Amino acid sequence: MAYHSFLLEPISCHAWNKDRTQIALCPNNHEVHIYKKDGTKWSKIHELKEHNGQVTGIDWAPDSNRIVTCGADRNAYVWTLKEGAWKPTLVILRINRAARCVKWSPRENKFAVGSGSRLISICYFEQENDWWVCKHIKKPIRSTILSLDWHPNNVLLAAGSCDFKCRVFSAYIKEVEEKPGPTPWGSKMPFGEMLFESGGSGAASQTSGGGGGWVHSVCFSHSGNRLAWTCHDSTVSVAEGGKTGTVNSLSSETLPLLCVTFITENSIVAAGHDCYPVLFVYDSAKGSLAFGGKLDVPKQAAQKGISARERFQNLDRRASETQSTDKDLTSLHKNSISQISVLEGGRNQCTKFCTTGMDGGMGLWDVKTLESAVKNLKIV
Amino acid sequence: MSKNTVSARFRRVDVDEYDENKFVDEEDGGENQLGPDEAEVDSLIRQGNLVEALHAVLKNPPINTKNQNVKERAEGLVLKVLSAFKSSDIEKAVQSLDKNGVDLLMKYIYKGFERPSENSSAVLLQWHEKALAAGGVGSIVRVLTARKTV
Repeated sequence: MAYHSFLLEPISCHAWNKDRTQIALCPNNHEVHIYKKDGTKWSKIHELKEHNGQVTGIDWAPDSNRIVTCGADRNAYVWTLKEGAWKPTLVILRINRAARCVKWSPRENKFAVGSGSRLISICYFEQENDWWVCKHIKKPIRSTILSLDWHPNNVLLAAGSCDFKCRVFSAYIKEVEEKPGPTPWGSKMPFGEMLFESGGSGAASQTSGGGGGWVHSVCFSHSGNRLAWTCHDSTVSVAEGGKTGTVNSLSSETLPLLCVTFITENSIVAAGHDCYPVLFVYDSAKGSLAFGGKLDVPKQAAQKGISARERFQNLDRRASETQSTDKDLTSLHKNSISQISVLEGGRNQCTKFCTTGMDGGMGLWDVKTLESAVKNLKIV
Repeated sequence: MSKNTVSARFRRVDVDEYDENKFVDEEDGGENQLGPDEAEVDSLIRQGNLVEALHAVLKNPPINTKNQNVKERAEGLVLKVLSAFKSSDIEKAVQSLDKNGVDLLMKYIYKGFERPSENSSAVLLQWHEKALAAGGVGSIVRVLTARKTV
């Protein structure tokens, strides 16, 4: 595990390039900084200044090497590298509230932007006019879209929203692609069609009642047949395409999780306000989700003997006899983790992933090391 | 001094009611929820079978109903059961509950904190400690984020 502290401010969002040598991140202001790996150090090579409001989402298309950014100024820009400098192209999203998240589609011919305007903008490039055009998905979204994820077939899009629901929409644009084949989520996919909606009050009976919480993060599995999302009521849920009505949730004992990703078809890593990543295992046969373990290896503090004089001093100063308190964070990140991204291995055989958080630091995690370091950890 | 003679009644209008984008919760038919069965719970308390009384009082929570009387009656009943326990038995009783039960218990505990009476807060704090050990911080988060609660 490696940890690099970039800033003292929170990192709002980040994105990696294809070979993982460069990272683009927003240092909690209107700019995007690109850092390049220099041996063990990271050096800043570019500053992208175009937004008038905080940059809330960044995504880097691996093959076409374009960066799309969206911000609180209701705009999105597509950046292309020309002669060693990044040049922006404005995309008119036609929204009247801040943009919250942005994602390139798998084939990189379109991208989706979620915003506070209660709609999703699907943007694609129109060759004739040399201009990015967008279409809106509005119904039945009733609040801010917090997170987006594309299905591998380039058409389906999962959206997590502040109206407590996670939905799967079709974002089929006939100008840029052919009609998609049927998937477990459905076979008819006109633009804007909703193929799945998680019940806030519908799903499996729970005595805790309906409502749930804001859906912070959504993620499709590598095959696209499974969808995982985390909610603000400290739950994590998995749904399988085709099996309507079986949404398997786990009410966790931790604080709410802010980001989630699949690392194999059955294992999910999520992280949030508890400052450490957590593993969940999904058992498809039983249809259940189980807590797999805490993925953080705290450093063992050397326990020295405490003299009687020190005991009284601690009692005097801290009202407790020992030096260290439970309040000190022993995790790698010292503040909430807000984003997680897979570095190597894809979502079915992930070997490395990266987390950034509100402490301005980036953690690089190695799955093999974690498996051996943490007891009873099994990644299926 | 000049005095404003034009009517100021417009200041009493609740503009949020007229907002067409206002978020309205889905209505769930909650008229049938009557809360836990009072007679059953009372008889179990009298028999001394407190753990069963706890399970009984956590059945049929009046979550979706808008009837405040039902909710208050349920809360009073829960408080009666919780106070009847001896301090040493609380932990075992909490262990006998499943995850949803612990979440529901936490909801009742916080509801009880809202209207403290004679000895209720002390009793509720003891229960809170044990419920927290069983449900973790997540159960408290679910109390705070639940849109329909007891």
